Amino acid sequence: MKFDTPATSNPIDQLRVVGQPVDRIDGPLKTTGTAPYAYERHDVARDQAYGYVLGAGIGKGRVAAMDTAAAKAAPGVIAVVTTLDMPRLGKGEMNTAFLFGGAEIQHYHQAIAVVVAESFEQARDAAAMIRTRYVREPGRFDLAAEAPKAQLASADSGEGSGAPQEDRTGDFEGAFAQAAVTLDETYSTPDESHAMMEPHATIAAWEGEKLTVWTSSQMIAWGRRDLAKTLGIPAENVRFDSPYIGGGFGGKLFLRADAVLAALGAKAAGRSVKLALTRPLIANNTTHRPATIQRIRIGAGRDGRITAIAHESLSGDLPEGQPETAVSQTRLLYAGANRLTALRLAVLDLPEGNSMRAPGEAPGLMALEMAMDEMAERLGMDPIDFRIVNDTQVDPEHAERPFSQRQLVQCLRIGAERFGWNRRSATPGQRREGQWLVGLGMAAGFRNNLVMKSGARVRLHGNGAVTVETDMTDIGTGSYTIIAQTAAEMMGLPLEKVTVRLGDSDFPVSSGSGGQFGGNSSTAGVYAACVKLREAVARRLGFNSAEARFEGGQVRAGNRSVPLGQAAGEAGLTAEDQMEYGDLAERYQQSTFAGHFVEVAVHAATGETRVRRMLAVCAAGRILNPKSARSQVIGAMTMGVGAALMEELAVDKRHGFFVNHDLAGYEVPVHADIPHQEVIFLDETDPISSPMKAKGVGELGICGVGAAVANAVYNATGLRVRDYPITLDKLLDRLPELA
Amino acid sequence: MRPFTYERAASPADAARAASRQPGARFIAGGTNLLDLMKLQIETPAHLIDVNRLGLDRIEPTPEGGLRIGALVRNTDLAADARVRHDYGVLARALLAGASGQLRNKATTAGNLLQRTRCPYFYDTAQPCNKRQPGSGCAAIGGVTRQLAVIGASEACIATHPSDMAVAMRALDAVVETVRADGATRRIPIAEFHRLPGETPHVETALEAGELITAVTLPPPLGGHHAYRKVRDRASYAFALVSVAAVVQRDGSGRVALGGVAHRPWRVEAAEAELPRGAKRAMAAILDGARPTHENAFKLTLAERTLASVLAEARG
Ligand SMILES: Cc1cc2nc3c(=O)[nH]c(=O)nc-3n(C[C@H](O)[C@H](O)[C@H](O)COP(=O)(O)OP(=O)(O)OC[C@H]3O[C@@H](n4cnc5c(N)ncnc54)[C@H](O)[C@@H]3O)c2cc1C
Ligand code: SF4
Repeated sequence: MKFDTPATSNPIDQLRVVGQPVDRIDGPLKTTGTAPYAYERHDVARDQAYGYVLGAGIGKGRVAAMDTAAAKAAPGVIAVVTTLDMPRLGKGEMNTAFLFGGAEIQHYHQAIAVVVAESFEQARDAAAMIRTRYVREPGRFDLAAEAPKAQLASADSGEGSGAPQEDRTGDFEGAFAQAAVTLDETYSTPDESHAMMEPHATIAAWEGEKLTVWTSSQMIAWGRRDLAKTLGIPAENVRFDSPYIGGGFGGKLFLRADAVLAALGAKAAGRSVKLALTRPLIANNTTHRPATIQRIRIGAGRDGRITAIAHESLSGDLPEGQPETAVSQTRLLYAGANRLTALRLAVLDLPEGNSMRAPGEAPGLMALEMAMDEMAERLGMDPIDFRIVNDTQVDPEHAERPFSQRQLVQCLRIGAERFGWNRRSATPGQRREGQWLVGLGMAAGFRNNLVMKSGARVRLHGNGAVTVETDMTDIGTGSYTIIAQTAAEMMGLPLEKVTVRLGDSDFPVSSGSGGQFGGNSSTAGVYAACVKLREAVARRLGFNSAEARFEGGQVRAGNRSVPLGQAAGEAGLTAEDQMEYGDLAERYQQSTFAGHFVEVAVHAATGETRVRRMLAVCAAGRILNPKSARSQVIGAMTMGVGAALMEELAVDKRHGFFVNHDLAGYEVPVHADIPHQEVIFLDETDPISSPMKAKGVGELGICGVGAAVANAVYNATGLRVRDYPITLDKLLDRLPELA
Repeated sequence: MRPFTYERAASPADAARAASRQPGARFIAGGTNLLDLMKLQIETPAHLIDVNRLGLDRIEPTPEGGLRIGALVRNTDLAADARVRHDYGVLARALLAGASGQLRNKATTAGNLLQRTRCPYFYDTAQPCNKRQPGSGCAAIGGVTRQLAVIGASEACIATHPSDMAVAMRALDAVVETVRADGATRRIPIAEFHRLPGETPHVETALEAGELITAVTLPPPLGGHHAYRKVRDRASYAFALVSVAAVVQRDGSGRVALGGVAHRPWRVEAAEAELPRGAKRAMAAILDGARPTHENAFKLTLAERTLASVLAEARG
């Protein structure tokens, strides 16, 4: 099915099941520990041996020699495969760093060996016996130092977000020079780790030429294709299976070393092998959100109207890598005739930088929305009014392209009212409670809505139940549930009558989970398959498919009512289809919007910042399940607090690695950091987006939060910190003298 | 984790004897630190002696009017003890500021005193570290040092001691009681228990090989206002950037010990005379001779301001 004209009314609009805050259908399995994650799939392959991945101990250079004699002789060891055993392997389409093979070390903790043994402890122990001799080479580990050598670079994350290397509209420099009020500031964001709960883990088994991996992956089709490519085998010979995923945040979008080394280990051992990456390897072996240095210039008239806006971002990555697209929202968020955005990329020899929840927008808005706060102050305007004055209903670079829906102003107004924005003092540093300085901050949230081709298969059984199969993944977002809701709505069934099976490459290829496109895209694919199934049912039962109503487990038209299951027959009735998209995304700009509001308290003596209240008001199309959507948003808000206040991979600039590579050293918010959170969804449908009229929310929730926190810190203290995270050492020297 | 043998000791003296018989043996109490380090092969004991069932889990009054805390008393139980909460508030608060509820349920008094540094380079076995591998060098110096020591460090090591409990005990002048392989017992004042790194950062305490901690005694209560203020990057479950343990009397006199700044809980008794003259004067004296790195110089300001905040609260 092709979606190329705006949606009219369709069965989803009934909202009998879709749009209801139903519990996750996989919730009981997860809370009772019976949803098996990759490492726990003890029953899928016989005789599973344990693998342990060894990472390189240098940041750049070569492996001169590896002595594996002791490891091979160690108790329980079945096989040892080292990077010197084979030439460098091929690379998947989505990979920047090479994952295994050859002597060259591109980054710290690059995988250099896998040890397979009868037990995990034996494998780990033997891995520690491998003696590796390195030839170190000097590396480029300091982003600021490499800045002068950085080149303009465009980006396409492959999961939808992207930006040209330089983009100009009008005459930015001229307008900026003429502007009555200007801002020219530089902001920086650090490297961040996904720090998802479940590590990257895989069980691999070979049957002749055929390889099956039970793994933890957000994107089944990419993973399968790229594993085949990396190993140099036909994709048809690879099966990928990932029904449950303990978080990904973009860290599991791409093939990683766990799947490659489980496959190589299993081949060498002649047995199925299971392995997981250790925490340190998650920081340094996999991907991270790269650090940015962002320069923002804004010029405005005294009326607050922006006349010139420029956003330039620098980030680094390994050779063949891509820049963080931190400027992309600046092309669309505010009006202004003269515009400039640019991306620069420096070559770094740190681990691979890549997508993490809302790549581009998350760090980009941390800078832009702080700049907007600063600019509002320079103009003597309320920060909300400043944003409202500069709202635009069309793409500011292409006035003929309207937004499909844009309720940013409503988000901000409702948020202001609900949060008590009028209690904010426009002059910072005014409100004190005991030893705490209290402040309010806000920011606009913005994230593009992407739609991806997505397929599904729906089978009707004789008992009137339905099974949906798609390679879509549920990374904790609630995909199982909204897919079941969609099928139930379409087929006129209660939720219990729908079984959903996900994450298997034998199922039709879906959008996968990324770029907040998964919810809308994958359910649209299920919608397409259900439309087909409805037609087949109608045909079989002799109904005119345009007239047939599917409700209460019956198919009805006129006076006739037939149980749905009757159409299935002995063999069942199956329909498969996919949703594809026409050019609506070109004709309309599709985005999601939020107003983020935060209250913080900053300790007057120590500079500790503690968030007290948070509110997000989101305009993101139809909300398919308010309960799981809220979970997504509050989780993202939490991540935004982490980015604002504590998360930072600390770079050792001499040796080239992230030093704080465990969860004791890489701090993410704990319960005590997260106070009252509230989420409001505007009642919205977007018929331009898909027949579901939905959009993404999972990333919108983080977009802008960091700046809202930073702006609240400023409002509390009068201190601007433009270098994230805002840790107390950056405030301390400027806090008021103590009695 | 290297393979190891395991035994359960029958008595404290027996445990000490067993430990001295087997080079490379370690006592295991809660295991919350030792087991993590064994998995990473930072600790590689060939033999473990379980001291959990030696009856060292009682908290009793001493004849002098203080408290004797068995070496195996869990952090949770110690923090909840009514006498500790009433008379040694600084200790109860320090304990509750440490780790998490689950860890405190396992962590013991002796194990907490002996927990090892959280220097990130100590934890990465690909990096040189004089503490982990004597003579290999110190990767932290010149590297990422935000968490590390600002005073009392050496050219060989700039690590800090991570314990919160020990800082409070230092303020309280606790005494560590031990038994050695020959059955002899001794009492080590906490001020002498933890060492500065000097040339031998791997030697962290005054304990001899095989010496078992049996108890920690607290002198009679000091009265006064008790505070433990732990400053960190998130609200809970993080090690201190700086912590201040203080017992402040009505007349403004008192005691102060610092965590997060040195290789041992940091207290300078002579400097405490400055306390009535305020945090600035007192902290200048306490941190006299500090040599921070560029990344952790903020700890000096932070310590002073935290103390000021604690003193303000003590004044009410
Ligand atoms: C994630 C995490 C966060 C933490 N956060 C904090 C924190 O914020 N603040 C804090 O203070 N601590 C913190 N800790 C450390 C925790 O307090 C210690 O791990 C715990 O106190 C150690 O006690 P244990 O009984 O488990 O010691 P073990 O791990 O059993 O032993 C530690 C050492 O003591 C030796 N030992 C044990 N008993 C004796 C004895 N009787 N005589 C002689 N030697 C003995 C052992 O041989 C070993 O070398 C944290 C730990 C973790 C894992
Ligand atoms: S500071 Fe001490 S613990 Fe850290 S690396 Fe140096 S020697 Fe090792």
